[in-house]
Amino acid sequence: MNNGKPLLSVRGLTTEFTTPEGKIARALEDVSFDVMPGQTIGLVGESGSGKTTTLMSLMRLLPAGGRITAGKVMFNDTNLLALSEREMRDYRWKSMAIVFQGAMNALNPVMKVGDQIHEAIMLHNLMDEDAAEKRVKDLLEMVGIARTRRDQYPHQYSGGMRQRAMIAMALACAPDLLFADEPTTALDVMIQAQVLQLLREIQKSLGLAIVLVTHDLGVVAEVCDSVVVMYGGKVAEYGTADHIYNEAQHPYTQKLLEAFPDVSKPGDTLASIPGTPPRLTNLPPGCRFEPRCHLKIEKCSQVNPPLLEVSPKHYVSCILREGAEADL
Amino acid sequence: MSENGNLFLRNLAGFWKTFRQNKLGLAGGFLVLVAVLVAVFAPALTDYDPSDIIRDANNRALTFAPPEVHGILGTDDAGHDVWSQLVFGSRISLVVGFMAGFIAMFVGSALGIAAGYFGGAIDSLIMRITDVLLVIPDLPLMLVLVATIRQMELKISPLAVLIVVIGLLYWTSTARLIRSQTLTIKERQFVARARAIGAGHWHIIRKHILPQLMPLIVANTVLILSTAILIESGLAFLGLGDPTKPSWGTMLNFAFDRSAISNGAWWFYLPPGIAILWVSLGCILLGNVLEEMLNPRLAAHHLEGEAGMIAIADVESKG
Amino acid sequence: MARRDYLLGKFGIALLTLLFVLLLDFILFRVLPGDPIRAVIGRNVRISAEVQQSLREQFGLDKPVFPDQFVDTLGQWAQGNLGVSWSQRKPVSEILISKLWNTLLLIGLGQLLSIVLGAILGLLAGWKRKTPFDVGALTFSLIAWATPTFWLGIILLVAGSTWFGLPTGGIVSPENVGKPLHTVIPDLARHLILPTLTFTILYLGEYMLIMRSSILEVLSEDYILTARAKGMSHFQVLTKHGLKNAMLPMVTIIALNLGFTVSGAIYIETVFSYDGLGNLVQTALVKQDYPLLQGAFLLLAVSVIIANVLADFLYTYLDPRVKAN
Repeated sequence: MNNGKPLLSVRGLTTEFTTPEGKIARALEDVSFDVMPGQTIGLVGESGSGKTTTLMSLMRLLPAGGRITAGKVMFNDTNLLALSEREMRDYRWKSMAIVFQGAMNALNPVMKVGDQIHEAIMLHNLMDEDAAEKRVKDLLEMVGIARTRRDQYPHQYSGGMRQRAMIAMALACAPDLLFADEPTTALDVMIQAQVLQLLREIQKSLGLAIVLVTHDLGVVAEVCDSVVVMYGGKVAEYGTADHIYNEAQHPYTQKLLEAFPDVSKPGDTLASIPGTPPRLTNLPPGCRFEPRCHLKIEKCSQVNPPLLEVSPKHYVSCILREGAEADL
Repeated sequence: MSENGNLFLRNLAGFWKTFRQNKLGLAGGFLVLVAVLVAVFAPALTDYDPSDIIRDANNRALTFAPPEVHGILGTDDAGHDVWSQLVFGSRISLVVGFMAGFIAMFVGSALGIAAGYFGGAIDSLIMRITDVLLVIPDLPLMLVLVATIRQMELKISPLAVLIVVIGLLYWTSTARLIRSQTLTIKERQFVARARAIGAGHWHIIRKHILPQLMPLIVANTVLILSTAILIESGLAFLGLGDPTKPSWGTMLNFAFDRSAISNGAWWFYLPPGIAILWVSLGCILLGNVLEEMLNPRLAAHHLEGEAGMIAIADVESKG
Repeated sequence: MARRDYLLGKFGIALLTLLFVLLLDFILFRVLPGDPIRAVIGRNVRISAEVQQSLREQFGLDKPVFPDQFVDTLGQWAQGNLGVSWSQRKPVSEILISKLWNTLLLIGLGQLLSIVLGAILGLLAGWKRKTPFDVGALTFSLIAWATPTFWLGIILLVAGSTWFGLPTGGIVSPENVGKPLHTVIPDLARHLILPTLTFTILYLGEYMLIMRSSILEVLSEDYILTARAKGMSHFQVLTKHGLKNAMLPMVTIIALNLGFTVSGAIYIETVFSYDGLGNLVQTALVKQDYPLLQGAFLLLAVSVIIANVLADFLYTYLDPRVKAN
């Protein structure tokens, strides 16, 4: 029973990377948002804004050189960041699963697709062999793949099928939360639509919460209940889809929406905002968007804007807006 | 041309800087340099000639004398000074090894470029030849070739035979490498442009493809050299060298055949092997470093990086 | 690609190589040396002109070289007639067979050990990259690679016999010569230790390097991240996903190495006076016993070709991407 308590609650997540040259890149700073059970939340931003890093930090799958230096990630009542690696493994796939970007190589080429899904189920001791086998075929069917293809290898699937197989595998242990990292990028438009449709269906039928990472505002408009707009590793704006589309407060969000006013036409947006994203190894003391901002004042380059609550559940990190400092 | 020259010098400077930072490469370079210097300055390093027979007080040949008794490395079964053999032997080993290596490199590069650039039937032919050569066991083939050439009683020096035989069998890996790199380069724009303005094949290869290939060729040659030296020593050990001009391998052949082992003459059978190891290792280290600079593999894999992922002081477990 | 096409291609090359080897052998030993009679009866035997002529006819040497003599020779080889050894006055094929098993034993043991140990060590080195273990393993491989085979054999021979009392050569002790090998196993084992050790050390380094670089590539692939995301431990990821993929290049390399393994055998058997094919080749060379040398080369080359075809066949079972749809 949903009593308004978030399934996943991220507070002040800060992640850094040490580059091969020895410099420190601050990929995430003070990221906070909530995911309610059964809700879809979109994580939007340019490449390099920290979307994928956020997912990797939440799953604790950062590559070598990456580390989380601050924050809390509450999954129900447990801070995931306080767990040992062994304890964390228990959460992976059972509580939260991930579908990676570009599923081309995300499946092991020398293992049958069905076996890989089977493995996920047996890994967490959810049921016996026969039941698992049945579930594997059920999952494939649920994502629109013929049950008879269970014994085939990834190279025998088309690109779209592989993506759907990844989704099937992610659902194998009936997680409460699904991370989807750009699930429609690198697929053609027809397949994109299919995959989105699939995500909507499984969300409805399984009551799954989804964190959808994308740079495509059109996708977000179709599927998401809430949106987190990220820029330079920080949360620029966070609110419901309605807030973002109809009452965008952050200059960056406004520019994004300007870039294609027709949200039914998905497309690439970043080329239309002049300027370049900030260098994470050399961040400015003030607002990161300031160099490209059309509303900036002098103070913007001196103060790192805190997250302000401009209206209930609508947060913006811009000093030009008015609101109480968020207690996120 | 001077623009090319400047570019070349700048590349060289950058190259030297990176190279200097890599200790293994420096070590390799040092090893090779020492060996080359020994070969060049051999007469200055020893008072004896390898064929001199050292005699004792009663004018009898001083056989199997340990280093305490004579010289730096004692004498062999016939009374020759081992140190002299070692030092002069470097000339034979290095010359044969290097020449064989260069032939292999040359043939391999030429065929590799031809296969990659012209493609089609030429490529197929060359690739089939490499496939065939790779399957046949190398040493038996070489033994058989050398044996046959000897039986033909042509007046060719045994060392020349070795050089040719080694050079003709070890070009295959180079050919494949150069071929695949040529294929990549061929796809690049400037080649298409050159063709468009009517440049001839040879011109394109010389001015556009070859310069890009040089670093790879150099790196590969050094590795081939180490192989050539090892092979030469092996063939010499089996008796196919020139007994009048002993290389390190020939020295080991003598040591083995003439009971140095049962006589405990370690000063005879240890040093030549160490010398071969020295040069071969030097070439490998050099070659590895060069290759590493061309294909650096920096990225970590997915099972690295767990330690230290959570770097939060006082992490709270609940609410 | 379809497995059938893949195998057909490989088989074609094998056939081509076989033809080349047969041709080469024929040319080198029957055509080039000049007088083929000598090739058959030996160099130091004096015979009259009439006997020479009748021999010529008898051996079909008055027929044209191609294709008649070539085909005849192939026919003889196919029947197992490889001529008669000059130094031992016995049929070559008989001599070869008697030594074949000894060499197979040595090579088999050495390769098995080096593959297994090399794979394990390479896996560990790649997994724990840049740790002292990895550095040590890399150093070892490098030095093993740069060491001349025969010299390592000599060193181990001296060390083994001086410090451990191991035999200095031969396949069995003098008193056991001639007895069937399976009856003198402890003695055989003692004699096998040093040569096998030499073999293993030499190839261990190489397989370790291959496995290491292979596992490094595999561990950088996306599906490894997927496996971790599924909640697998490092060990599980390595064994269930890493190993199988990393082994594939190993199989290819092992097949490719068969030729070099034979070369190694020649050196090692020579140093340890081990009574196998390798030693035989060396002896035939020294004694200029060309029929024996030719027969041995033929046997070795053909064996490696066949072994490569088998390995290619095996590969298609291991890599599902090379199967028919």
